[in-house]
Amino acid sequence: MSKLTLKEAAHIEDTLTSGHRLCAGCAHPIVARMIMKAASDKPTFVTNATGCLEVATTIFPFTSWKVPWLHNAFENAAANASGIEATWRAHRRKGKGPLAKYEDINVIAFAGDGGTYDIGIQALSGALERGHHFTYVLMDNEAYMNTGIQRSGGTPFAASTTTSPAGRVIHGKTQWKKPIMDIVVAHDIPYAATLNPAWPQDVLDKCRKNFSIEGPKFLHALIACTRGWRYPTSDTIAISRLATQTCVFPLYEVERVDGRPVWKLSGPSAAIARRPESKKPVEEYLKTQGRFRHLFRPKPDEELLKAIQDGVDHRWEMLLEKCG
Amino acid sequence: MVEQKLMGLNGDEAVAYATKQVNPDIVAAYPITPQTIIVERFSEYVADREVDTEFVAVESEHSAMSSCVGASAAGARAFTATAANGLALMWEIVYIASSLRLPIVMAVVNRALSGPINIHNDHSDTMGARDSGWIQIYCENAQEVYDASIAAWRIAEHLKVQLPVMVCLDGFTLSHTMENVMTLPDETVQRFVGDRPFIEVEGHMGKGELRLNPEMPLTMGPLDLQDFYYEHKIHQVDAMEQALKYMKDVDEEWTKVSGRSYQYVEPYLMEDAEVALIGMGSMMGTVRHMVGDLRAEGVKAGMVKLRLFRPFPVDAIKKAVGDVPVLGVMEKCISFGAPASPLMEELMTAYYHDKEKPMIANYVVGLGGRDVSPDMIREAYKSLAKIKKTGKVDKLSTYIGVRGD
Repeated sequence: MSKLTLKEAAHIEDTLTSGHRLCAGCAHPIVARMIMKAASDKPTFVTNATGCLEVATTIFPFTSWKVPWLHNAFENAAANASGIEATWRAHRRKGKGPLAKYEDINVIAFAGDGGTYDIGIQALSGALERGHHFTYVLMDNEAYMNTGIQRSGGTPFAASTTTSPAGRVIHGKTQWKKPIMDIVVAHDIPYAATLNPAWPQDVLDKCRKNFSIEGPKFLHALIACTRGWRYPTSDTIAISRLATQTCVFPLYEVERVDGRPVWKLSGPSAAIARRPESKKPVEEYLKTQGRFRHLFRPKPDEELLKAIQDGVDHRWEMLLEKCG
Repeated sequence: MVEQKLMGLNGDEAVAYATKQVNPDIVAAYPITPQTIIVERFSEYVADREVDTEFVAVESEHSAMSSCVGASAAGARAFTATAANGLALMWEIVYIASSLRLPIVMAVVNRALSGPINIHNDHSDTMGARDSGWIQIYCENAQEVYDASIAAWRIAEHLKVQLPVMVCLDGFTLSHTMENVMTLPDETVQRFVGDRPFIEVEGHMGKGELRLNPEMPLTMGPLDLQDFYYEHKIHQVDAMEQALKYMKDVDEEWTKVSGRSYQYVEPYLMEDAEVALIGMGSMMGTVRHMVGDLRAEGVKAGMVKLRLFRPFPVDAIKKAVGDVPVLGVMEKCISFGAPASPLMEELMTAYYHDKEKPMIANYVVGLGGRDVSPDMIREAYKSLAKIKKTGKVDKLSTYIGVRGD
């Protein structure tokens, strides 16, 4: 595994090219392009669950992908990847077939939060358990954005969506985000990491490491969504940065060492752990987004804001314990 | 012709053995009665490295078909097997597999769909999948199962066809019943199926084979809206027509190799028949037996066995049915709320504009594995004789062997 700097990455040809129809300000292409660049030293196969990234990059007869790419359905990205990877293994064993010549390949399954936390979790769990050599990337924009902002198991507590609206009695989603990293790490996989486009070098470093590891890997990327989170298209990176600075979306990786998961904070989150006073209040993150507007208008909902801060603190503390 | 080996195999074992000889790249399957023997036997071949296949022990049938789609798109020979609820669970991807034109082969061990839950045979599972864009072959016995499980690959992968194939065999009646099966040597089967061929397509980065190819990337399964979706559906219509045309060639080639000849439709004593039954699967063996009995009694009975349901071989059926005045349609399936069951409806449609056509009546039998006895078949022939005599079909559908009718 060689390190890939941002400057070097800039010179690698994009395999997710411009001309796609993702929204202005969408974090999908920012993250996907970095992942594809980090994967570029091996033949790479992409399979994409139904969702924003899929529909907006492949409207027939156009496509933005310069790698072999397959869309099948919503809930089965991990199963598609299993089939692609198994084909490579079979062709290698036979010494025959189109994929026989590749010593190593990347198989990347992109799926959104709906396709991962909810409808796709069975296929994901199965593929992780079977131990396929592939990378599953959760592109988490925290709701079913492609169908019009409905809540998912990845939607944060109190966020207003079209199926968890901020009403007069119920104030947005009443459940917390499913702890997906704990769930995938419990499958005893060799590598898992969180990605935030506000720290591109961290994204590249983790992806390089990821693609050098044999077996099933999981990358959890925060994908800010201008439409669903309700913020100006120019604020994507600033809001993404706040997510990590407030510990709403900590950056870390989990590597299997001697059969045990070793949790390790990366870059900005490690800095917060060292200097807890640098941790920003969660309000700073919440007030940037329309999906949390009801927490501040007509007047601040102190009770809910405290509940959110407590919840974020609680999860952050549990993460710190895991990271030793 | 090469020497063949006589083996004692049940229907499931015939599928597994044929598939072993084909040595596909991946088998992705999930256990479900009465298909389970197929995955069990095949797992043994994998464990003993008698095949090079990657066995993907998926966590559901939905993932079984999804993995097959991923694999087949990547250039694999991909196989799965299922039954009833398993087929229902993979439904969504069954349609996607055919629309992506992936030559997957799937054995479906026909079983009644829940609910109520039942593990025994009828055709409600694959009849429901009749509009899914898959070729459907229905087998009468384990020999047919063995032969179809090999020929299916050549049909699916035929460059003019490129469609997935279901090999349908009746649960328990075939799947769990040992029969004599003549088998070919591995090399003969290998030579017959050869390597998977690929069609050339014009992609966004140039010309290349239709598969996930790092050297000539294609985007497979893109979003396809009002401006192109319809045309792509018409391509599937064309592919089915091509299948009807070219399956014959594969069957003929198989005959040269195996000495066993198959038609889309197989008539029996139809030349002078005055009453005839048409149907699919294992019950047609009993019907043939009953035709013999009735002939001995002086009844001019005949029968037509339909081996191919999709594409629906209209011309071959009409040729086989000939000018029999009364035709009964034996079906192990109900289309709730429909005027008749699926095969009956297809036949009525096929004959509607013909001046000369038989009177057609529907006989539903054997749901949930209820035995289709010779007496029931006799009852159907009696009913046909009455129709012939009175010149009219009083009832489109008759449910034979059901209490309280």
